[in-house]
Amino acid sequence: MNFDDTPQEAAFRETARKWVDANAPKEFLAELSKSSLGRIRLANHDIVDVGKAWQKKKAEGGWACLHWPKEYGGRGATPIERVIWQQEEGVYGKLTQPFQIGEGMCGPTVMAWGSEDAKRRHLPKLAAGEEIWCQLFSEPSAGSDVAGLRTRAEKKGENWIINGQKIWTSGAHYSDFGLLIARTDPNVPKHKGLTMFFLDMKSAGVEVRPIKQANGMQEFNEVYFTDVVIPDSQRLGAVGEGWSVSLTTLMNERMSIGSRLATGVPEMFEFCSNLMLEDGLAIDDPAVRSKLASWAVKSSGLKYTSYRAISSLSKGEQPGPENSIGKLVSGMMLQDIATYAMDLQGAAGVLTGTDEETVQGQFQQMLLSSPSMRIAGGTDEILRNIIAERVLGLPGDIRVDKDVPFNKIPTKGR
Amino acid sequence: MNFDFSDDQKQLRDQARKFLTEKCSPKAVRVVLDGKAPYDKELWKGLAEMGFLGVAIPEEFGGAGAGHLELCVIAEEMGRANAPVPFSSTVYLAAEALLIAGSDAQKKKWLPAIVSGEAIGTLALFEGKGNPSPKNIKLAAAGGVLNGVKRPVADGAIANFAVVAARTGTGGRDGDISLFLVDLKAGGVEVKSLTNLDPTRGQAELTFRDCKAEPLGAAGEGWSILTEVLNRAAVLCAFEQVGGADRALEMGRDYALDRIAFGRQIGSFQAVKHMLADMYVSATLARSNSYYGAWALSTNATELPEAAAAARISATQAFQHCAKNNIQVHGGMGFTWEFDCHMYYRRANAMALGLGSLSYWEDQLIDRMRKKNAA
Repeated sequence: MNFDDTPQEAAFRETARKWVDANAPKEFLAELSKSSLGRIRLANHDIVDVGKAWQKKKAEGGWACLHWPKEYGGRGATPIERVIWQQEEGVYGKLTQPFQIGEGMCGPTVMAWGSEDAKRRHLPKLAAGEEIWCQLFSEPSAGSDVAGLRTRAEKKGENWIINGQKIWTSGAHYSDFGLLIARTDPNVPKHKGLTMFFLDMKSAGVEVRPIKQANGMQEFNEVYFTDVVIPDSQRLGAVGEGWSVSLTTLMNERMSIGSRLATGVPEMFEFCSNLMLEDGLAIDDPAVRSKLASWAVKSSGLKYTSYRAISSLSKGEQPGPENSIGKLVSGMMLQDIATYAMDLQGAAGVLTGTDEETVQGQFQQMLLSSPSMRIAGGTDEILRNIIAERVLGLPGDIRVDKDVPFNKIPTKGR
Repeated sequence: MNFDFSDDQKQLRDQARKFLTEKCSPKAVRVVLDGKAPYDKELWKGLAEMGFLGVAIPEEFGGAGAGHLELCVIAEEMGRANAPVPFSSTVYLAAEALLIAGSDAQKKKWLPAIVSGEAIGTLALFEGKGNPSPKNIKLAAAGGVLNGVKRPVADGAIANFAVVAARTGTGGRDGDISLFLVDLKAGGVEVKSLTNLDPTRGQAELTFRDCKAEPLGAAGEGWSILTEVLNRAAVLCAFEQVGGADRALEMGRDYALDRIAFGRQIGSFQAVKHMLADMYVSATLARSNSYYGAWALSTNATELPEAAAAARISATQAFQHCAKNNIQVHGGMGFTWEFDCHMYYRRANAMALGLGSLSYWEDQLIDRMRKKNAA
């Protein structure tokens, strides 16, 4: 048992480290190193512009989408090399947040299901940061039950005509392409009537509207489709096979080993170490210590769980299911920590101004944003179902709509 | 990175599991639970024959001279099997104290006897309420004899010898405490069994009256030795707790698959599935924290105190959580004496107190994290 690299891993790490050291945009280091919970903002620059420049540089140096095959803009790197790269890229990895959906989900789906032409046309540009992709799956009435989506695709000659609405699309407003799942046959059960496409987001009839979120921010979009034309050559997989295709996308979403989610623990530890209560520092209070310790061991537990997965990759093995607990644990923890930090601030905890003396409204912002951590990318409840069914082998839910034609499924609760 | 046990160590785990499945069935555990024997003597003998008692004891003292990682995998299996033997008292506490502070003669006297299963050892630390602290030790050592009362002492009624924490100074500082080695069969100690939460592991009261004792380690060094012993034992116990948590989770899962209610397997209800998923989460966090503890223990790392505390807290919480919800999944049947759920519930909650309660370990963890942050 050790934390050491193998000689090959160490050599790879050295190469990566040298390259990052010589090429990273160090002018942003201080800003990126500050703890950030959620979306990154730069004071004087647009993250998308800076991100594109960094992605391009990485592509030129052979460090973009490095686990992809070389002919599609990658490096043909092994999974462990990808993890080592992420460790060495460090905080600069935050810059390329706008590309994560393309690199992690859309790209792999095109790679698995696209024609050779589509792969050669689109993947290298995605890898090089020249084109940004978004994912158009969720709908207002199809979130956890994404297979219940209603956006229609109807065949007309060699084209498909799209009508409907998507929601919670990150980056739709700056994306060049989108991965779209739509219903091509409403007369069969819901999973069987879906088909996957990709489209140019500048197509006529595509309208992107920002969503004002519960935390007051605007990070996601609604996307409306009115008679949008998609050529049949932009279909991924067979007609009616969209559900299987989407599983490729979603499986890749959960493969992000090595990228650690924010837990709020370092911020909370720092806060309690400095906060003066009536009887002394918060961190000397037994009740505070008890809570801090419980959160700290969850946080370290997640860290060492990811180390176990990395060790499997290092041995060339498929990691076990352990890593599936990450978002479930960290999402709830962020919310609990924010609530408790505010409780410790007493009446002043209600104030959200960034000039407030204690922590510049940090925990207040965390409180308001944390519900999304427990919903986006699989709700806590869906994640528990996944653990129960795929890890523990418990039966799936009884699905009352399984064999019912989609257009016969009730649409209203009452 | 190779943050995992080696193939040999995993093989040893399989071997231990096979052995314990055969020799330590729930039926065998129940003999001790029902008070028909103070511990499972046959199992103890078998563990000695398998070489498990001396796996981390150097060869010169009769052990296998393997290491703490090997001991961790065996500990996990002992926890899974809910083994009714004085393994933790003898191997994690008494043997480790001897290895850390014993003279050559002391080691020669006791370690081979531990390895062969002839000697059961324990640590006599607590004196009633309270967590490990120099202030809580009143038992006095003077002129080579001990006077005072220790309770509860795990496995105290069956132990041949004890490592005893005693007061040699007048204040409440670390330097006022020294450790002593006492042959419990040599007179001067009155032993009384106490009823306790987990009858598969005995607890006793030891009253020392002018009892002869020899120093273990230097005078005034007792507390620092004890802290090291507790840190090591915390990691090893964490593996027992991880094993117990996993077993409780499996029992719950199996029952949820077998039991039909409302015309379906109860494991198809989300209320039950989510409860089991949460148990899996706790057990996984505990396992990962314990692996880090194992690394720190086996490499003698300076991170051991923090790693041990994290493993201890995480594994204590996980075992309690899994044992408690295992009963809940079983419903009414889980509350019968006949079902095994309560044995894990008892063990989980007894283990949570054995090395000091959660608040002690929370203090250890936070103090260490603070020091690290300040540095």
